[in-house]
Amino acid sequence: MKIEVNGAVRDVQGATVAGVLAELGWGEARVAIALNGAFVPKAARATMAVTEGDRLEVLAPMQGG
Amino acid sequence: MRRFYGVRLETPLMLGTAQYPSPAVLEAAFRGSKASVATVSLRREAGKGQAFWQIIRSLGVHVLPNTAGCHSAQEAVTTARMAREMFETNWIKLEVIGHADTLQPDPFGLLEATETLAADGFEVFPYTTEDQVLAGRLLAAGAQVLMPWGAPIGSGLGLNNRYGLKMLRAAFPDVPMVIDAGLGLPSHAADAMELGFDAVLLNTAVAQAGDPVAMARAFGLAVQAGALARGADPMEPREMAVPSTPVLGKAWL
Repeated sequence: MKIEVNGAVRDVQGATVAGVLAELGWGEARVAIALNGAFVPKAARATMAVTEGDRLEVLAPMQGG
Repeated sequence: MRRFYGVRLETPLMLGTAQYPSPAVLEAAFRGSKASVATVSLRREAGKGQAFWQIIRSLGVHVLPNTAGCHSAQEAVTTARMAREMFETNWIKLEVIGHADTLQPDPFGLLEATETLAADGFEVFPYTTEDQVLAGRLLAAGAQVLMPWGAPIGSGLGLNNRYGLKMLRAAFPDVPMVIDAGLGLPSHAADAMELGFDAVLLNTAVAQAGDPVAMARAFGLAVQAGALARGADPMEPREMAVPSTPVLGKAWL
């Protein structure tokens, strides 16, 4: 199915947030996740379903002022 | 120095981590300034986030995540929740921006986000103006620290409304306050400390200086000098001259 990951369309197989993250190589990375604009805590990643057209934001620590 | 949510900082300097020429310069600037807090953000992972996190951890300072770039309370609240998980801290430098040119805080969104986050256990550092009414409302909403601006972010103008900042300091004598944004020179930072503020937060003035490491050191010395001066109870300014050399005993020539 096609979903949007950090603004780019990706074709993924995973049915959950955790599945998609593992598929995209972020399984072990220090990232924070939002699905369709809502924060998904780490503990909920394995159960939170991802469906066609969803918007996934994968954020990382970055420079800031 | 007043405590920030129970934390007594080793130095009154908070330093941003953006816009340095290289990670090595960033690290040297932190060492040179003796800053005790580093501000960080959250952005889309594009391959550099993991290495950056290692650098921040190696600095051995407190981490203060921000919600920079958020223009609504809802956006800022979601970003704060993501930051709390990512950085494992309840501290959040809450920015809700109201205007693209001035990067001025949106007081209404800021208050709304402060209420939500404080109720959710966050320790909010709201980036605000010198407005006393807003300050009072932020404190009532659960903020225990205020971060009034010196001048618009990145402008380097110093303390734009010195009178307003002085009045704010006097209005809430027990509240820890950080002058955040707009500082350009170490003298601005010393001025803020002399006015009785508890710390300063800056980024551009150091990162964009020709020699960021030397400038970081200069700011570190300036906040120390300013804090020392404040503690030493400065004299009151006077309109007229008063001779410092004794008049008594002057020769009749």
